[in-house]
Amino acid sequence: MSDVIVFDRLFGAGHGVEVHGHFVRGRAEVAGRPVAVIGTWDSAAVDGDLALAVSGAILEVVAEDAKRTGTPRPIVFIADTEGQELSRREELLGLNGCFAHVARCVDLARRRGHPILTLIHGRAVSGGFLAFGMLADRVCALPGAQVRVMDLRAMSRVTKIALDRLEGLAKESPVFAPGADNYWRMGAVDELWPEGGADWDERLAGALDAVLSASRTDGRAAVGAERGGRTLAAQVAATVLAA
Amino acid sequence: MKTKRVSYFEASARTRVAALVDEASFTEFCPPELRLTSPHLARLDAPVGFDDGVVVGRATVDGRAVLLAAQEGKFNGGAVGEVHGAKIRGLLERALRDKPEAVLLLVDSGGVRLHEANAGLIAISEIMRAVLAVQAAGIPVIALVGGSCGAFGGMGIVTRLCDEVLMSEEGRLGLSGPEVIETVKGVGEFDSRDRSLVWRVTGGKLRRALGEATGLVDDDAASFREAVIACLDRGITGRDALDDLEVLQAAQQGLQRRRERFAETRDGLEVWRSAGFPDPQAVPMLTADAFNTQLAGLQAEVQS
Amino acid sequence: MERFEIKLPAQPAGARRTALCGVVSSGNLEVLVERGGDDAACTIEVNTSAHGFREIWEAVLADFAKRHSAGGLRIAINDAGATPAVVSLRLDQAFETCRSDNP
Repeated sequence: MSDVIVFDRLFGAGHGVEVHGHFVRGRAEVAGRPVAVIGTWDSAAVDGDLALAVSGAILEVVAEDAKRTGTPRPIVFIADTEGQELSRREELLGLNGCFAHVARCVDLARRRGHPILTLIHGRAVSGGFLAFGMLADRVCALPGAQVRVMDLRAMSRVTKIALDRLEGLAKESPVFAPGADNYWRMGAVDELWPEGGADWDERLAGALDAVLSASRTDGRAAVGAERGGRTLAAQVAATVLAA
Repeated sequence: MKTKRVSYFEASARTRVAALVDEASFTEFCPPELRLTSPHLARLDAPVGFDDGVVVGRATVDGRAVLLAAQEGKFNGGAVGEVHGAKIRGLLERALRDKPEAVLLLVDSGGVRLHEANAGLIAISEIMRAVLAVQAAGIPVIALVGGSCGAFGGMGIVTRLCDEVLMSEEGRLGLSGPEVIETVKGVGEFDSRDRSLVWRVTGGKLRRALGEATGLVDDDAASFREAVIACLDRGITGRDALDDLEVLQAAQQGLQRRRERFAETRDGLEVWRSAGFPDPQAVPMLTADAFNTQLAGLQAEVQS
Repeated sequence: MERFEIKLPAQPAGARRTALCGVVSSGNLEVLVERGGDDAACTIEVNTSAHGFREIWEAVLADFAKRHSAGGLRIAINDAGATPAVVSLRLDQAFETCRSDNP
């Protein structure tokens, strides 16, 4: 879906969200409230430049709002990435460190009071998704969103487990198979937006309200247990706490 | 009594822990007798481990209370699955309650365990948030990287979130492994079988020269222990400071400057040359002491 | 994985503590030794990725029980294709550790 259509549906006409290459940013309003929009687009392979564009934008939003009175603006992340850029130069320059820097900026924004929401459009894969999208207070998958670590074919090559075996098991367990619905079951995605149904701007407003009324701590393990997708994580962490 | 040198690289996770902590001070949480094994590995007919490849617990180091997690790189490449990840996250959450002087993460991992891919990715994201929470509470998190898997994938990101990153030259720190890059981009982009090149791109000395690692030690468990004690002595106060907008803005600029400075760089030799090392070719062979002495003598490190 | 349990008669071991030796990597195994119920027997649970070697396991384990007084021990093994020599070595290491004072 083109960026124009997606952003108009989310923010209504008159928003200021723009795409430059694989980088998204701009101002918009949700239910009359100003929000900042930052993210990646078009199956971005996130390299250091894109990661620093995202972190730089976050820091600008935090800095602007720090100068003003009133509650800090929500930040809406758009996650559309095929993962990290694979390059020797990026490895040497420490792409992992750039991603860590992005994560710290997201965390700073949260602790400065900015509500944080991620919308997954297209793909959300592996490192590119880890760096900022997954760190939001709430994550919504737009229709057609694909979330995964790796596609099954590549996974089959690396683990040396037959592809048809993986495909069969994937039907029974959400644990390794690609899919936004699996991530929902495991507690990492909060909303799966269906095709049609309520208008996106209403859904977005609802999602923001949910962020504002929820705790800012990481509750994904408990949710994963409730939904039956991740039954051990919460228990094991609790066992360590109680030991 | 003269103690035999213990290679950190060769040692198991449990041997590393024993060498690092004060004698008889370690208490393990979720010990192997609890048999918290991975049902996902079992379902894929892969062998399980009683501790799912990570040892977590509390100890003292030089009398100071710490919580620690040590990944076993020889078990599934130290990779993070549901149980493994939950043990680490539980440890970090425990730090918020127990308030140790530091949390030590002995990282030896390729990242997400593919057999449990989604669970592993989510677990690493939870670990990232938990590290940030521990730091916000004023407790430093110290990463040790010196094993055969190094710190890659999501654990490469977690490592760089830490307050201190102590590495040996044998350790490697990055995001994507050279094999993956070679498979997708070709051997010209990265020859994964050229070991010296791999280390010049991701090894301890390169990381120390760039400031990605904060300490470089020899491949010796005792040296890692000394380095941890030195960190505790310095009294690093976690990262309340990094909560500060200004610090992150400076970090942002530093990272951007580095990218401009090394726009065409693909080999650590160029980094060492640019940093002013008198004999870049000889750097990989230097002892940690010699390297650290030379580095200290140079102008400001090439770091953010 | 192939899984089976073996019970052998034995003299009491006097184990002091739980011990874990080895790592589950290719050609290796981990051995967990705990104090079990019956002082006059040793139970060993084997989980192995190498199928069809039960007889060899039985021989190696019987040999272990002859070398040591393994009574009152509950042993659990996760094996990823170790040779009998490596299995014996780990068993011996775990046995020594469980009877030692030092943690």
